[in-house]
Amino acid sequence: MGGFRVDALRLCALAAALALAPLVLSGGYHLTVLTMCCLHAMIAVGLNLLVGHAGQISLGHAGFYGLGAYTTAVLTSTLGLPVPLGMAAGVLAAAAVAFLVGVPSLKLTGHYLAMATLGFGIILSILFNETVAITGGPSGFTGIPRPAVAGTPLGDLAYYFIVAGSLCLVLLLSLNLLHSRLGRALRALHTSEKAAQAMGIDVARHKLFVFVLSAGFAGLAGVLYAHYLTFIAPASFGFSFSVELIVMVVLGGMTSLLGSVLGAFFLTVLPEFLRVFENVEVLLFGLILVLCMLYLPGGLAGGLAALTERLRRTARERTRSGEAADG
Amino acid sequence: MDPASILQYCITGLTVGSTYGLAALGFTIIFNTTGVINFAQGEFVMLGGMVSVFALRGMGLPEPVAVALAVPVVTLAGALVERLVIRPASGRPAMDLIIITIGVSILLRGLVMLVWGKDTHALPPFSGETPIPFLGAALMPQSLWVLSITLALLAGLKYFFSATLHGKAMLACSHDAKAASLVGIGVRRMVLLSFMISAFVGAVGGVILAPLTMTSFDVGVLLGLKGFAACILGGLGNPFGAAAGGLILGVLESLGAGLISSAYKDAIAFVILLALLFVRPSGLFGAKDAKRV
Repeated sequence: MGGFRVDALRLCALAAALALAPLVLSGGYHLTVLTMCCLHAMIAVGLNLLVGHAGQISLGHAGFYGLGAYTTAVLTSTLGLPVPLGMAAGVLAAAAVAFLVGVPSLKLTGHYLAMATLGFGIILSILFNETVAITGGPSGFTGIPRPAVAGTPLGDLAYYFIVAGSLCLVLLLSLNLLHSRLGRALRALHTSEKAAQAMGIDVARHKLFVFVLSAGFAGLAGVLYAHYLTFIAPASFGFSFSVELIVMVVLGGMTSLLGSVLGAFFLTVLPEFLRVFENVEVLLFGLILVLCMLYLPGGLAGGLAALTERLRRTARERTRSGEAADG
Repeated sequence: MDPASILQYCITGLTVGSTYGLAALGFTIIFNTTGVINFAQGEFVMLGGMVSVFALRGMGLPEPVAVALAVPVVTLAGALVERLVIRPASGRPAMDLIIITIGVSILLRGLVMLVWGKDTHALPPFSGETPIPFLGAALMPQSLWVLSITLALLAGLKYFFSATLHGKAMLACSHDAKAASLVGIGVRRMVLLSFMISAFVGAVGGVILAPLTMTSFDVGVLLGLKGFAACILGGLGNPFGAAAGGLILGVLESLGAGLISSAYKDAIAFVILLALLFVRPSGLFGAKDAKRV
């Protein structure tokens, strides 16, 4: 657990890389993939707070993502509200529903919580599919407006900067939170709920807070996604995406926020390369998940840290033995 | 709504509910010996159906042989899952194990998709398709097969757990693994056995249901989830409560689909699950107080 300054430096490096990336990348396709990476990373960071830091699993986060997307889609297209209003409502809707579901479900632990969140996510995805009059059903919702400045809709590049900026804000907020008193309370809660309670931490309230916050992040990603693609369909918000999000967090390293960003980027880019072997993709996903859980419990972030540590140690030993040989 | 159609919905519900019950039984058998919820349980059901379809179509075996072959193959798959994935991860926190079994389920699904493709298949019914009239409703012969095989399996397991040495040893592991190993029970072997039995039970469920509902590489997800819902309904840890939970869930779902709307058929199971989790996580027949903060 590095200090806040280390994390802040890493965040600055990430922000700089995100800002410079469009200069290096060629073509709209790359920019689209990068935008999707940032959106997924946003949800993964929220989920990381919940799973990695507070120790509560959610298998229904794709539902909150969809809730944000559909809320703003309906408000701005069907009802004709201004885009910023729709976006704010989308985030609020995801957070509010998370609050309502969170109050009873967060009393559950382990398998029961996994199952409750999963059941909830599935109910949402069935609703997206079946309420055809509102959501357009399985064929999707079209004609969601792009946000416009002075009458001209934002271009892909400008929109990318909004998404990347939002990701950095989400990260900053989360880092700040983890290095505050609340963050320490969460870690205590993860280690032992009973001990945390004995220390005077209001377990139920803290869990609910993180749950609502992470659902809010997912909702934010959802509204940004809806106005980016201007088209949404229920298939993007199903159970398999919820699982994919968990995989991102696990792969990145459960206790590392920036690891989750890494995991999200990796798993969003990977299918683009695997498109050639379309059928292997699912298999590989499962394999990565299992192998990573078994042999790389710290995820990519933990693996990288261990690797640099080992390199540093061998380098140190080599200089030491070199000195001995000289003497 | 006339009584005949209500009866028809109940029959359909009991038939489908049997498979939920068998999946639920698989969950509890593993949960009882290891404390792990095997999220890949539905994949065992899927494998049962898909392997028998492959043996029938791809290898040209007669149906009884294909079905008889699928069950041991899937049982072996259950053993492999335990040896390759679960055993190396023993002792890890519940959340890690949840994620690992989810990974296994994706892996199995991907493997089946890669080998046998994405098509949906159906097995021919075991003994014809002529419906048997029953109090104004139509009873498919396959429903009789499903119900009687499920009941036979339940009776067999009841006997296994209460009267055989291995069954009792497994129950001992579920109460206290450490104490069980102190009295000379090979706990690891029991865990392996529990995975094999639950794969066996799942495969039987998959094989007998395949003639009624189509099977494909991705049917396991929903079957597994509903099996788990049945577990919670019946009380996690109580195998026969879980089987009963499956039957109840199947009937409620079928009635809901018939009387309310078939579009929300799958949602009904999960609404029941959520309601139950919030109100009574220990389930209908669960005596133990489930973990709540």
